[in-house]
Amino acid sequence: MDLSEIWSTVFSFEDYAEILPLVSNSLIAGALLGLVGGMIGIFVMLRDMAFAVHGIAELSFAGAAFALLIGANVVVGSLIGSVLASLVLGLMGAAAKDRNSIIGVLMPFGLGLGILFLALYQGRSANKFGLLTGQIVAVDTVQLGVLAVCSLIVMVALVAMWRPLTFISVDPAVAAARGVPAGRLSVAFMVVLGLAVALSIQVVGALLVLALLITPAAAAIRVTSNPVLTVSLSVAFAMTSVVGGILLALAGSLPISPYVTTISFLIYVVCRLIAWRREKVRHTEKMAAMAA
Amino acid sequence: MAASPSPAPGAPAKPAPEPVVRLRGASLRFGNRLLWDGLDLDIAPGEFLAVLGPNGSGKTTMLRTLMGLQELSSGTVEVAGRPATRGSRQVGTIPQQRSFDDNTPLRARDLVALGIDGHKWGIRLGRAKMRKRVDELLELVGATSYAERPVGVLSGGEQQRLRAAQALADDPRLLLCDEPLLSLDLHHQQAISSLIHRQACDHGAAVVFVTHEINPILQYVDRVLYLAGGRFHVGTPEEVMRSEVLSELYGSPIEVFESNGRIVVVGMPETVTHADPQHRAHPLQGA
Repeated sequence: MDLSEIWSTVFSFEDYAEILPLVSNSLIAGALLGLVGGMIGIFVMLRDMAFAVHGIAELSFAGAAFALLIGANVVVGSLIGSVLASLVLGLMGAAAKDRNSIIGVLMPFGLGLGILFLALYQGRSANKFGLLTGQIVAVDTVQLGVLAVCSLIVMVALVAMWRPLTFISVDPAVAAARGVPAGRLSVAFMVVLGLAVALSIQVVGALLVLALLITPAAAAIRVTSNPVLTVSLSVAFAMTSVVGGILLALAGSLPISPYVTTISFLIYVVCRLIAWRREKVRHTEKMAAMAA
Repeated sequence: MAASPSPAPGAPAKPAPEPVVRLRGASLRFGNRLLWDGLDLDIAPGEFLAVLGPNGSGKTTMLRTLMGLQELSSGTVEVAGRPATRGSRQVGTIPQQRSFDDNTPLRARDLVALGIDGHKWGIRLGRAKMRKRVDELLELVGATSYAERPVGVLSGGEQQRLRAAQALADDPRLLLCDEPLLSLDLHHQQAISSLIHRQACDHGAAVVFVTHEINPILQYVDRVLYLAGGRFHVGTPEEVMRSEVLSELYGSPIEVFESNGRIVVVGMPETVTHADPQHRAHPLQGA
């Protein structure tokens, strides 16, 4: 395959106008997931839970693979898998150190189970690969309904917990003194995170959820410390990545996840460059002020 | 001793105004380890009480008891006339300085705002009003100049001023301080301790100040609660910071000197000297 062939596989805008209406479900799902991912990503960063997200994703994958095997709804399967995993983590791994070892134990187990279920599965092989690397183009109206309801639950829960969850995440000592119930909030957050992970898997697949749940928030935090702006940017970045990824994927004949992860990565790189540039300017000004 | 609105040192332990804190027969034990037993203590409005003692003597646990986060093994604890409960609006807390992650997405003003309404559900409404309140508090603690800066880039002293602003937000009747001066430079130590003292004398708050090092706050302290080895001693600094008293508490010979208005304690058992090297409390240890 020469370069121009690869290029036309990655980007080809023939028939674009005809295809677009066919994927409106996927676009709506993508926008919703961008919203959810951008919001919850802030707390994943604040609570230092990137590894937990990855671990939950593997168990969610196992749940989805099992659902595929027995012919049940894949979205429901992945929801059950990830909520179970996040409950285990929330109840057993309060301390970050415990949590990481529990995740380290659960993750290969979940992945192993998932591979077992897929090996037993006799159906279409594209379904198998989709769980790991994303399959949103296949979203039908029923699935869109499930996704929308779950996204709504996650968003309502996050908005309700927003202030006390921020408080216990950044300032646990004062939050405890203020009577914020840190233990119960942490478990509640884990369950919400489990839902969000299961939803994200439908777009980018189990292996790539971090692109949706971490990268946009990590990028936003680099460029601002204003909390409202941080959330807005994080959501904007996540939505740009997902919706942009879907739109670009339509033009080629590849799965959407590489587009989503690449956009999300590029945004992160740009944000880091901005932060680095600012730091340099600040440093120069400080030096100048000291010299003056 | 600096002038203070609290009862004269050495007066009988029954102050005239309704006490802010009332401990009666308070005991606390973890398993078979006794932290303190039979503690009766009233803390009057405007009184500045320093809690001293070696590591593990129950100083921080005392604060947790007053916050309602730790139940007594026996006895009662009342704050402002009611049993201590967690999250009381009557209580402000200044914790030990703990650095924030560089990339914490909060500015100084956001941290103070969390101290005001961070315990409430939902997202914040009424932003203009909140902004005004936060501005007042920042002004009060002298933090206006860095209000918009990320908390991650602030120095320890700057962060502790924000802690003070959080703690003073509700004009508390009881101010609980857990080693708030730890790892601060002298300038910030003075600023923070004078802020705390001001809340006591201008607003009649009772202050309970846990510390390893009494010297930075000596001028403000009305009484000392010294905890050691399951025993305790309460009194004015002059009464407690004496060789006989500390020797008896520790059960080993200890000498206390006063020089230039500073108290120097010599011969502390090792439980204390394990502390952070920044503590210069016992410079002659082992000499």
